[in-house]
Amino acid sequence: MSSIAKKENLVYQKPALRTEKPYHYCPGCGHGVVHNVILEVLEEMGLQDKAIGIAPVGCAVLAYDYLNIDMQQAAHGRAPALASAVSRMMPDKAVFTYQGDGDLAAIGTAETIHACNRGENIVIFFVNNGIYGMTGGQMAPTTLPGMTSSTSPHGRDVKTMGGPMKITEMVAQLDGVYMCTRQSVHTPGNVRKLKKAIRQAFENQQNHKGLSFIEIVSNCNSGWKMTPLASNKWMEENMFPVYPLGDIKVDGKLVK
Amino acid sequence: MAKFKGEIIIDVEKCKGCQVCAPACSFGCIGFSPKVNAKGYNYAVLEKPDACIGCANCAIVCPDAVITVYKAKVE
Ligand SMILES: Cc1ncc(C[n+]2csc(CCOP(=O)(O)OP(=O)(O)O)c2C)c(N)n1
Ligand code: SF4
Ligand code: SF4
Ligand code: SF4
Repeated sequence: MSSIAKKENLVYQKPALRTEKPYHYCPGCGHGVVHNVILEVLEEMGLQDKAIGIAPVGCAVLAYDYLNIDMQQAAHGRAPALASAVSRMMPDKAVFTYQGDGDLAAIGTAETIHACNRGENIVIFFVNNGIYGMTGGQMAPTTLPGMTSSTSPHGRDVKTMGGPMKITEMVAQLDGVYMCTRQSVHTPGNVRKLKKAIRQAFENQQNHKGLSFIEIVSNCNSGWKMTPLASNKWMEENMFPVYPLGDIKVDGKLVK
Repeated sequence: MAKFKGEIIIDVEKCKGCQVCAPACSFGCIGFSPKVNAKGYNYAVLEKPDACIGCANCAIVCPDAVITVYKAKVE
């Protein structure tokens, strides 16, 4: 049969706003999918020249090597503070942060909560994989009860270590947060839902509605010591009951 | 009703063999090579080209975006 692989039949290819540099992420890690979808939305909305991303400390520290847009890199946890400054200096830019759970919900908790409370006109992407991926799988505030990590080898003991922090539900309570949702990227349907949410978030941002907060529950298959497919299954069975997917705040109103 | 035929091209040297694409395909089109690429990964291959409808499900879940998808109407 003759090939249909011609330009006029093209329906999907690597996002145009991605650089040529291959991701350094582990095979099957959700970070790559989240990057891809953000770039697709920025391209479709014509925001390449307006976008300014703030990279975190964590596995995504090198995001600026992959996203062919203007980027800065913040000290650990300080991305929302830097994004606040950038967005106030240049209010028409599409400013966003990209952060892991160690970055956003541990060392950067104060910056996160106060940027949300001030209702900075930015988008926050929060990739929650339940541990510190980059540094070898240490326990994070988001680690599940009983979950083993390199610093909770016998499992997280809630009595002495606290329980999983649902920072997304927490910030949803703040008036400055206009949109708040929790998504995932492990199936095609979930990727499409995330894409819709990202588009909504950047529309909010372009309309100066305040802060849009998107959590993506994702795997850290290396840190969890599982294959990518096993980690996605484990995530469905263990992460989603604690971090249920779906919208929490829509158009400034709590829906959950 | 119009029918669609799809075709995917996998950049096998950039594939990391993570296998996330395989269950994303409802038609079981994707398998994995017993051979490895230069990075040492058993890369993905389109095993059932005739079953592909070009839905791009495999491609959008590929973290490395190494799958390019084409789709054409067939009479
Ligand atoms: C001030 C400071 N403290 C600690 C570190 C070490 N460190 C680097 S990455 C990281 C955790 C990152 O985890 P997370 O934000 O969950 O991102 P992931 O790697 O899982 O994507 C830590 C503690 C650092 N780089 N700077
Ligand atoms: S260590 Fe975890 S979060 Fe980091 S790239 Fe690997 S799988 Fe992804
Ligand atoms: S999802 Fe992408 S990188 Fe992973 S096996 Fe499939 S084609 Fe290769
Ligand atoms: S494009 Fe759709 S039908 Fe074709 S291989 Fe990918 S998932 Fe399967």
